[in-house]
Amino acid sequence: MLLAEDDLGNYYDQFANCLKDEKMPIDKFTVLESGYVPLPIENVDTDQIIPARFLKATSREGFGENLFRDWRYAADGSENKDFVLNNPKYSGQILVAGKNFGSGSSREHAAWAVHDYGFKVVVSSFFADIFRNNALNNGVLPVVVSPEFLSKVFAAVEEDNNQKLLVNLEEQSISLNGVKEEFEINPYKKNCLLNGFDDIDYLLNKKENIEEFEEE
Amino acid sequence: MEPKTLFDKVWDAHVVEKIDGGPSVLYIDKHLIHEVTSPQAFAGLEARGLKVFRPEKTVATPDHNIPTENQHLTIQDELSRKQVETLSANCEKNDITLYGLNHPKNGIVHVVGPELGHTQPGMTMVCGDSHTSTHGAFGAVAFGIGTSEVEMVLATQCILQPKPKKMRITVDGELQKGVTAKDLTLYVISQLGTGGATGYFVEYAGSAVRNLSMEGRMTVCNMSIEMGARGGMIAPDDTTFEYVKGREFAPKGEEWDKAVAKWKELKSDEGAVFDKEYTFKAEEIEPMLTYGTNPGMGTGISGSIPTAEEVEASELPTFKKSLEYMGFGLGDQLLGKKVDYVFVGSCTNGRIEDLRMLASVVKGKKKADSVTAWIVPGSKQVEKQAQEEGLVEVLEKAGFELRQPGCSACLAMNDDKIPAGKYSVSTSNRNFEGRQGPGSRTLLASPLTAAAAAVTGVITDPRDLF
Repeated sequence: MLLAEDDLGNYYDQFANCLKDEKMPIDKFTVLESGYVPLPIENVDTDQIIPARFLKATSREGFGENLFRDWRYAADGSENKDFVLNNPKYSGQILVAGKNFGSGSSREHAAWAVHDYGFKVVVSSFFADIFRNNALNNGVLPVVVSPEFLSKVFAAVEEDNNQKLLVNLEEQSISLNGVKEEFEINPYKKNCLLNGFDDIDYLLNKKENIEEFEEE
Repeated sequence: MEPKTLFDKVWDAHVVEKIDGGPSVLYIDKHLIHEVTSPQAFAGLEARGLKVFRPEKTVATPDHNIPTENQHLTIQDELSRKQVETLSANCEKNDITLYGLNHPKNGIVHVVGPELGHTQPGMTMVCGDSHTSTHGAFGAVAFGIGTSEVEMVLATQCILQPKPKKMRITVDGELQKGVTAKDLTLYVISQLGTGGATGYFVEYAGSAVRNLSMEGRMTVCNMSIEMGARGGMIAPDDTTFEYVKGREFAPKGEEWDKAVAKWKELKSDEGAVFDKEYTFKAEEIEPMLTYGTNPGMGTGISGSIPTAEEVEASELPTFKKSLEYMGFGLGDQLLGKKVDYVFVGSCTNGRIEDLRMLASVVKGKKKADSVTAWIVPGSKQVEKQAQEEGLVEVLEKAGFELRQPGCSACLAMNDDKIPAGKYSVSTSNRNFEGRQGPGSRTLLASPLTAAAAAVTGVITDPRDLF
């Protein structure tokens, strides 16, 4: 479906041209089968994902260390054993969270922290807009599932800690024990992720059109 | 011609190109930047060997990270200093106007933009900060973006953006005495919930909105993101034009008349269709206060925290976790609860009108000894005006001291942190866990309600003090 669409195929060519000599700006994403970490809390805001006091860096690296800092560590710096990231029962490259994940501040540091920690997919029944954009711009796939499917995912990992999720971007599907659900993604963004392209390359290719627009 | 919404008019006029089934290439008229979300964008630009495409459409001010005391000295925190210095260096290298620390026009980016006339009706504006929605008060399409998007705009003056859906929120009637724009917005958010407008761009309408000053409109649009909206906007009118006129970067002379004629077209046409509409009555709004850990968890000040029966069963675990953090119980009354800190400031309520409201309540009274109050003007210009109007004197007599401008305790990136476990009545925009410092407990309110708490030491209905 993806490249068969003429208009998208056209953009694909433009991407390919502008990227010939450069490394891919974001990770490619195709299929991922992995265990997952459940975070059954709703309205997880970006201040929880990465508190403001850790936004002082001038580079994009190292934010994973402070992912969910104040839930993960006590004030004295010791690990909070109850928190899911510290619980050896749970592991994997997929984070599964309650509805309205990533609300609040526009800080892309939240997406960097999720990515830097090693998550490639975040699953929830609802995402805040800016976080979703930021995640996509960093090769982290936000997967929106139905509330029913989300409940099943939370329950399944409690029954079996080795439970896995299978995410297929090309198919736009997510599967739990063979139960499959399809998810939505804008075809343009899907193309970017499948190929590791980013928006800036696309826009740079449009400079002439932008200058024309300015003259009007 | 098909009737169009205000949002459609501004958005459509800025579309360079629409990708079928994908986002639009949207041209940006004004890009505001600050020290926290821009360094990685400039680094990215440099790595690609690019310079800023349209530096004259970019304006910079450090605000998030700066101290609110002794600004004339070197910033003590090494990382904060490095971020602020990096912003200065990036602006110099790229010929970007910078209102640096100690510059007479320095301040919070969303206070500085409007007060200097950078913000104008019909513009598209972005900033790496979710409260960019503030500028929608002028009838601009303004929204917060991530750092990768900041890089896009620096590189091309455009952003790839899917067009949001449209929502109209109408508040008709007259706000009661003691009820402010902040209460109006906290009320709307409490009705829609913290994710209730996600995916939408909001237009605020109705007589209660129309009767607000520009400061009040900015407060309302500022908080749009707190119900998940991409942005909020209000059609420009005489109140808007009067505010913009004469400001440094506003059009002058003949250009002004032409601009106003154009701006007058910026309103939703009769019959324009919104994807969702809500209507509220202004008379039903009382001074508002939040009791939980997201801005949707709010109630009228005379009300109480919902009981278990009043919360949807599926949301109860998260709700209880939130109350546990706040040290509150289901069904608790809010009036009379102890307050330790009061913060008046931020891009939500750090403008001159907010300081006037504060002064009107504390005049002739004394700050409660048990309360630590941080009064932080939104900009150097606000600070100056507060002095000129005699507000600083009123505040000092009542035992309050004005700090220097910045984002301060709204997000506690600098030293202005509320200690763990302490209660803060704050005029800022977020009551998230740890937002005002690790373990801090925030109750969002208007400047009037904050002032009432500051002089009594407990949650107090400001209407009782008039």
